[in-house]
Amino acid sequence: MQPKSPPNPIRRQLLTSITSFLGLVGVIFAAIPFLSAFRPSARAEAAGAPVKVNISKLTQGELMTVEWRGMPVFVYKVSSEAQNVLSADKSKLADPNSDQQQQPEYAQNDTRSRKKGIAVVKGVCTHLGCAPKFYPEATSQDFDPNWQGGFFCPCHGSKFDLAGRVYANVPAPTNLEVPPHYFETDSTLVIGSDGAS
Amino acid sequence: MTTDTRTKRFLSWIDFRFPLTEVFERHLSKYPAPTNLNIWYLFGFLLIVVLAMQIVTGLWLMMNYTNSAEEAFSSVEYIMRDVEYGWLIRYMHAAGASAFFALIYLHMFRGMMYGSYQKPRELIWLGGWFTYLILMAEGFTGYVLPWGQMSFWAAQVIISLFSSIPVVGEDLATWIRGDYLVSGITLSRLFAFHVVLLPILLIAIVFFHILALHEIGSNNPDGIDVKKHLDEDGVPLDTKPFFPYDISHDIFALGVFLIIFCSVVFFFPTGGGYIIEYVNYEPANPLSTPAHIVPSWYYTPFYAMLRAVDFPLFGLTAKFLGFATMMAAVAIFAVLPWLDRSPVKSIKYKGILSKSFLGIFVVSFFALCYLGMVPPTETKTLLSKIFTLGYFSYFLLMPIYTRIEKCKPVPERVAEV
Repeated sequence: MQPKSPPNPIRRQLLTSITSFLGLVGVIFAAIPFLSAFRPSARAEAAGAPVKVNISKLTQGELMTVEWRGMPVFVYKVSSEAQNVLSADKSKLADPNSDQQQQPEYAQNDTRSRKKGIAVVKGVCTHLGCAPKFYPEATSQDFDPNWQGGFFCPCHGSKFDLAGRVYANVPAPTNLEVPPHYFETDSTLVIGSDGAS
Repeated sequence: MTTDTRTKRFLSWIDFRFPLTEVFERHLSKYPAPTNLNIWYLFGFLLIVVLAMQIVTGLWLMMNYTNSAEEAFSSVEYIMRDVEYGWLIRYMHAAGASAFFALIYLHMFRGMMYGSYQKPRELIWLGGWFTYLILMAEGFTGYVLPWGQMSFWAAQVIISLFSSIPVVGEDLATWIRGDYLVSGITLSRLFAFHVVLLPILLIAIVFFHILALHEIGSNNPDGIDVKKHLDEDGVPLDTKPFFPYDISHDIFALGVFLIIFCSVVFFFPTGGGYIIEYVNYEPANPLSTPAHIVPSWYYTPFYAMLRAVDFPLFGLTAKFLGFATMMAAVAIFAVLPWLDRSPVKSIKYKGILSKSFLGIFVVSFFALCYLGMVPPTETKTLLSKIFTLGYFSYFLLMPIYTRIEKCKPVPERVAEV
């Protein structure tokens, strides 16, 4: 039996195109919840809340590891002699003036600290995320005979100075990140917030 | 009614509803296997057996494993100490992973030697390559599950690789982790991939791989096209049925394989630290990295390449270039069928250049495998660079050397070899 009216190929093509297009839009919208479910959950976000640390008992040469957002944050004292070295010797560093945005504005100085003498850096190597080891003394090391004190990453040999600045010609591309932080009192450090000021 | 006719009647009842006899004949009893197949053709069968073993042991492990950051490590120790034969099932699964990679590398090398990837077997090769990719993902995700120190830091390093991608990298890495650092959230999703998504893909692609193979037919060590000479029934003359002739070889090989495999499982279950690394007997600690971290032996060639690229180029960071090199080293296998311009398939009839470059590839692969395991020094990084070039030269120069070299004539029939 013949159809009453002959098929109109343009009309069919148009309907097929519109249906396929709308179907595709539907698939894209349907994909959103599945892709979004991969993002950090509300609980993971909440774990990013600031943490308070008492630093009154922190001694020279000691590394305090604080957990913030599940990652290690290093807090340690930098002596005034070491501060002078950080300001003077910059020739071997990749980004001595901290031009890359790896720190809040208030930490863009030679010691990369908000308060002179207290360093706060994320203990996450900027190469592939290992936790660097702390070698504060300026003595000869296996990995560097002229070691000036700082961090050495055991995974791929990246080196950082005491201000968390990366040395040139190591795998890590940037300085260690300085997390937002402020000093509530002289002995109370808050990590994860810039403070009211 | 005799048993024989009863069986026949039962079979015809099935065959009327499902093509059982047809499938059996097409894939086994009438599948033509070339008569000159050698020892290199056993690995496909062994891989199927190992896949089945991984599925069974994995299923049993899953019954007692807990996929949370707090309990994963202790649940693995529970399997090892308290579950009846739990130690055996876990050691089989761990050694099975290493066996899987050892066999797939041999299987791939067979294809490279005898030109099994060449026309018309490109899709078989691509299917196999995709199986290899999935297997690498399976290996990685499975390695994370015991949640020891190596598990945690391997996950941290591997996922951080994605952060090296310009612009979107950091967000992509966070999206994959589901957290700002590898955590229990990451563990749970890798577990879901390891036990559901990746095995389904693996089985589907292996099915595709075999279906494509059985459409074209097996290659052979001489690269002779056996379909050129058929008998009066249309069966290639230089072949014999896979069942029962070839499968009996395969089953003998399985016996040999199991002797080796069981020796490892019973006497060297950690493989001297190569199957289960000692550092992984320490629970994951997100605040402290072990002094020396290395990936499993089957990834070390690529890890060596990652470390070999320590210089920025064209405004791209060394970190990204290292990652890209490593990815390219795995991806380049996919285009092998289109790089080879040789008129012959098998290395036996190819010229001296093909033989030399295949040799360079093998040496480079083993050298990189070693270099990826040891801590880097300046000399070793330089060696890694040289062997990375060796590895890629086999592929990238192939369109040139396969065209200019002089090949030997390929015999018409297997009998003439």
